[in-house]
Amino acid sequence: MLDSGDTAWVLISTALVMLMTFPGLALFYGGLVRRKNVLATIMQSFFVLCMISIQWILIGYSLSFGPDRGHFIGSLAWFGLKGVGMAPNPDYAATIPHLLFMAYQMMFAVITPGLITGAFAERMKFSTYVVFTLLWATLVYDPVCHWVWGAGGWLKNIGALDFAGGTVVHVSSGISALVCALVLGKRRGYGREPMPPHNLPLCLIGAALLWFGWFGFNAGSALGANELAVSAFIATNTAAAAAALTWMFIEWKAIGKPTILGGATGAVAGLVAITPAAGFVTPLSSIIIGMMVGVVCYTSVAVIKLRFGYDDSLDAFGVHGVGGMLGALATGLFAEKIVNPAGNNGLFFGNPALLMTQATGVITAAAYAVAVTFILLKVLEATMGLRVEDEEEVIGLDITQHEESAYTLLD
Amino acid sequence: MKLIIAIIQPHKLEDVLQELDKSEIYLKTVSNVLGCGRQKGRTEVYRGKKETGNLLKKVRLEIAVNEKFVDSAILAITKAAKTGRIGDGKIFVLDLTECVRIRTEERGSAAIG
Repeated sequence: MLDSGDTAWVLISTALVMLMTFPGLALFYGGLVRRKNVLATIMQSFFVLCMISIQWILIGYSLSFGPDRGHFIGSLAWFGLKGVGMAPNPDYAATIPHLLFMAYQMMFAVITPGLITGAFAERMKFSTYVVFTLLWATLVYDPVCHWVWGAGGWLKNIGALDFAGGTVVHVSSGISALVCALVLGKRRGYGREPMPPHNLPLCLIGAALLWFGWFGFNAGSALGANELAVSAFIATNTAAAAAALTWMFIEWKAIGKPTILGGATGAVAGLVAITPAAGFVTPLSSIIIGMMVGVVCYTSVAVIKLRFGYDDSLDAFGVHGVGGMLGALATGLFAEKIVNPAGNNGLFFGNPALLMTQATGVITAAAYAVAVTFILLKVLEATMGLRVEDEEEVIGLDITQHEESAYTLLD
Repeated sequence: MKLIIAIIQPHKLEDVLQELDKSEIYLKTVSNVLGCGRQKGRTEVYRGKKETGNLLKKVRLEIAVNEKFVDSAILAITKAAKTGRIGDGKIFVLDLTECVRIRTEERGSAAIG
């Protein structure tokens, strides 16, 4: 039975999640890079929106949500959206058109590879980026999405909970981002030359749009205009606020002053961590999850990254990978059936088994993503080359990859 | 006293600063400028329309030195900024008639370093 209220909310949520990639993520990342690379960075988010919109229609949706093949991947029976129409699909969303569910999921498939771009910012060759992203979406995102959300997927079958994509979106992209940072290597001059963000207001507009769009991401994942959506909405805002405050207070203690970039980074970390849990936890649990992720992600970005010296340039791993893993595990601690009867109880509510299930999901998804990403990068390194030439890197990707520059000195 | 003005490629700035440091030349002023030499600017494309003759972004260094540092400054800049291709830039050396350190009101050579 179609419900017009549900349909309206998911339509709006779909548009909200689209906004997260472009311009949300594009500006968030674009402001963080040096001025010679801002357009190239924005281009990566923009291009993924266009490319995956097509990939999803042709094969992506079918591979992710189509008829199950061995609990691992969907078949190509829904190639080109064959058979995906206005009638609701009760496996996924019983009150909205199947096509709308497809469109909503499309925006998740779009943003996920977009998140990885933070790891190889300012040095990846654009042509290789295009091929990498298309292959990564098809070989990593689509299968993992099927495991967790597809009817018949094996992680769904064992009862792993992932309300809005902690594992599917953030763990898969975040851990792949770390592989990218390690395989591509550091930016030229990293650690020797200063590389400050060139435009923080731009970055903060991006962060604000991410927070705003995340209501569509999490509350929209209720797939209806209902109590669950309200609950997820509140959990989302609460965790973002708690994580941002935590981050800023840590900075205040550790370096003497709270920073707005730190606050925004904390907010995004909180949003990441609450993503898998949003539909299963109370507002009070959301505060705790937010505080936990604030501490953990601060440590990963400001301590661990510096100690190991890898150049995860915009902290795609430090925030999305680490925050996503923490959120998926926290779901195994704080989930309550009182919040969502379709969910489960976590460790703190008498069911330690859920934590093990959540850990299984995180570990297998991460291991799979690491393996496939590594192989992809090695093949592309040998065939197309991953990085731009040294000189192109110093001149900047805007001019060398796209023949444009963002800012003029005169006029 | 001499005033050295160097126009260099922006992406060579870090290298030049390091070379100057090695030669113990620490005091300088750096600014973003636009200009063009023999290559007559650069072509950029906006919505399919070619914009030719755009001035190139360059970096301008101003360094005031006493006579004995002139050669080492020129050497340092040349070494770090040279690629051998058109667009590497130029160095101008001018006589400097006076120099005042505002804080102490010292004048001349003593005020430079």
